[in-house]
Amino acid sequence: MKALTLLSAAAVLLALPAAAQTETPRRGGVLNWAIAAEPPTYDCHATGTFAVMQRVAPHYSTLMKFEPGNYPNIVGDLAESWTVSPDSLTYTFKLRPNVKFHDGSVLTSADLKATYDRIINPPDGVISNRQSSFVKVASVETPDPQTVVFKMKEVDASMMTNFASPWNCVYSAAKLKQDPNFPAKNVMGTGPFKFVEHVAGSHWRGERFEDYFRKGHPYLDGFRAVTMSSSAMTNALAGRQVDAEFRGFSPTERDRIVRALGKDAKVQESSWLLHMIVTFNTEKKPFDDPRVRRALSLAIDRWGGSASLSKISSLGVPGGLVRPGSEWSASPKEMEQWPGYGRDMAANRAEARRLLKEAGQENLTLTLMDRNIAPYVTAGIFVIDQWRQIGVKAEHQQVELASWYSLQNSGQFEAFIDSFTQFSDDPSNVLYKYASYDRSPVAVHRATDRELDALFDEQARTADKAKRIALVRRFEKRLFEQAYSVPLLWWQRIVVMNDRVQGWTMSPTHMIYQDLGDVWLAEK
Amino acid sequence: MLRYLTKRILLMIPTLLGVAVLTFFMLRVVPGDIVELKLRGDGGTVTQEVIDRERTRLGLDKPLVIQFADWMKGLATFDFGTSMWTGRPVAEEISIRIGLTLQVAVMAAIISVLIALPLGTISALFRDTWIDYVVRVVTIAGLAVPSFWLGMLMIMGLLTYFHWSPPVTYTPFLTDPLANMSQLIWPALAVGYRYSAVVARMVRSSIIEVMKEDYIRTARAKGVFERLVVGRHAMRNALLPAITVVGLEFAFLIGGLVVTEQVFNLNGIGRLFVEAVSRNDFIIVQTLVLLIAVMFTVVNLLVDLLYGVLDPRIRFA
Repeated sequence: MKALTLLSAAAVLLALPAAAQTETPRRGGVLNWAIAAEPPTYDCHATGTFAVMQRVAPHYSTLMKFEPGNYPNIVGDLAESWTVSPDSLTYTFKLRPNVKFHDGSVLTSADLKATYDRIINPPDGVISNRQSSFVKVASVETPDPQTVVFKMKEVDASMMTNFASPWNCVYSAAKLKQDPNFPAKNVMGTGPFKFVEHVAGSHWRGERFEDYFRKGHPYLDGFRAVTMSSSAMTNALAGRQVDAEFRGFSPTERDRIVRALGKDAKVQESSWLLHMIVTFNTEKKPFDDPRVRRALSLAIDRWGGSASLSKISSLGVPGGLVRPGSEWSASPKEMEQWPGYGRDMAANRAEARRLLKEAGQENLTLTLMDRNIAPYVTAGIFVIDQWRQIGVKAEHQQVELASWYSLQNSGQFEAFIDSFTQFSDDPSNVLYKYASYDRSPVAVHRATDRELDALFDEQARTADKAKRIALVRRFEKRLFEQAYSVPLLWWQRIVVMNDRVQGWTMSPTHMIYQDLGDVWLAEK
Repeated sequence: MLRYLTKRILLMIPTLLGVAVLTFFMLRVVPGDIVELKLRGDGGTVTQEVIDRERTRLGLDKPLVIQFADWMKGLATFDFGTSMWTGRPVAEEISIRIGLTLQVAVMAAIISVLIALPLGTISALFRDTWIDYVVRVVTIAGLAVPSFWLGMLMIMGLLTYFHWSPPVTYTPFLTDPLANMSQLIWPALAVGYRYSAVVARMVRSSIIEVMKEDYIRTARAKGVFERLVVGRHAMRNALLPAITVVGLEFAFLIGGLVVTEQVFNLNGIGRLFVEAVSRNDFIIVQTLVLLIAVMFTVVNLLVDLLYGVLDPRIRFA
């Protein structure tokens, strides 16, 4: 029931004083917020880590964006208006006039072209992490300084979502011409805040850009993102040294902060576009046998696990390959038809034992590789206990993050606790994780399945939403039968901040709504 | 003296070279790849080809011997290389943090000496009395309680009773002494307590030993005041082993404050170390290990020189 409640709301606001909602935004003040991890680069295009996104988002604009408070609706950011041709092969965007970069130069369509050309065809030495999202773009044209036109090779149903990606920070064409890698070490965009300094390991500062194109914004004089570990964050927020953290806390951390801040605590919760997965190495015996993989998936009581693990960790509800509660997800009733999602665990486990016996693996032992931090360890312990109940013995191998990536990418594992996050629920974004290994670098199960690939391609070019959803269901059905990688539980995002922080929008992903252009500090 | 110094400094070279070789090659055995972490972390979708190109750019595709030779060549010219994670020069990464770490280490050393000398001495002079028992309980507790745990208790106490926690960013002492001290006094106290416990135990046992010496008996027989016996004759000799402990503990603090720095959110060398290890940022890790080895050898040398100052029987010539 709790799961259903969580599913029904994209964002559940647990505590928001009525007075604060109606107050007029106040100008001034510096927002201090906490962030874990140091950025490996300043270049949005080159990375997927929130450590970069949350720091640089206030400095950049994108062509389109997700509408604050109305996710996943897409609105213009730099684009003032746009049209899509009836055949969905031409996207034309009219840019806002008089948009300025922080160096005072005026933004034109040439900047958009330089930015997207860099993403689609990165020059030597430039890393583009978004190349795969734009493979269907044939050309980027600029008929005049205020117009940019994308011509497609074929239909891509995800294009508008891709244009709204927070990762497509718009760079200055002039700067890119001087040095294609300029954004890796410099921050200069058209966003609400100018970059001031980054003191490695300590903090990142920005100050209000007076010529920001949204008049009257931003409200803040500036912001300071303080780098700290998760444990230090809880203390810093409780001790009012910082006002917010935008990624998420565990329920225990939330309760500690709320106890310390009392009525000044504001808690916002949502399902999270981040899920825990159990991935098998299909190149290793006996995990090359679908019966073994399916048996191991069947043994996991996802519904029971959700009820208990959500009390002690960030793990939330069971779901398929797309975020439960999103417009693309299956209903709980549909989920219950998938192998491993039925609520009759006695029947599931009997079937799991039968499959293992049939595969000659009644006394299966394996090593479950895992990260050495919460909630991964929690998930690992849970899974091992679930497998024990069908007679499978698993050793829990906990490793550092670098080793975790290295071992999974080199195939030196039998099974591991995996995770995946994206900036939107769009099926192409999330199903990519489960395509064939030779198609997707993040499909670390190392399997090749052309049936899955065909379904992936078909949904990607299907503009009709209902038909696309049906294809997503077929993709999920095929994957759960084969069980190369199976979702365990989806995470629950819990954001805790000081109530004086206003205007920030909660969403199911920690990658969007981070430009801070609408954020203001209430007088306390 | 000069000959002794030259000999000691020359002896440091093979020691440091050994540390460099061991660190460099042992780090390469550790599983993990910084490039994969950097480019595939948090949903990164780059291809293997891009990862291979980045490895080449960072020189990770070269044979290990060549990589080691490149590093050594750099060290000879004080070019420590660049962090594979941030792309910043290692010297810059360290210089940002070394001031804070040194300040905490110095403050902790001062706190420890201020506590340890009187406590250790009193404990020795009142051996097996209730005073000694109290001091022993306090010092053994200091050895048993990890600094980071004490730090956590301090923060919890400050939060619970004062609804306040120490600042989370570093302000240099000369910029704002109050802000600086309000951040660093807590870790210095947490670390200094453990540090003082180690030193106090050493002072106590040294003084007990020294007080049995013939020259103490002679001094007493000559009618020297007890205060002078202790202060001039016993303390001076008992300090020698304590100085060694103070020096080694100080060197340890340069890279050993890992968890305490995490607890107090200090942007110091220990935190840089642990982050670099977790990312397999070899260049940073090997340079830091070498830096800590240099600190240990230099502090050892200084301690040995101080021996000569305190005890004229020790000759360097």
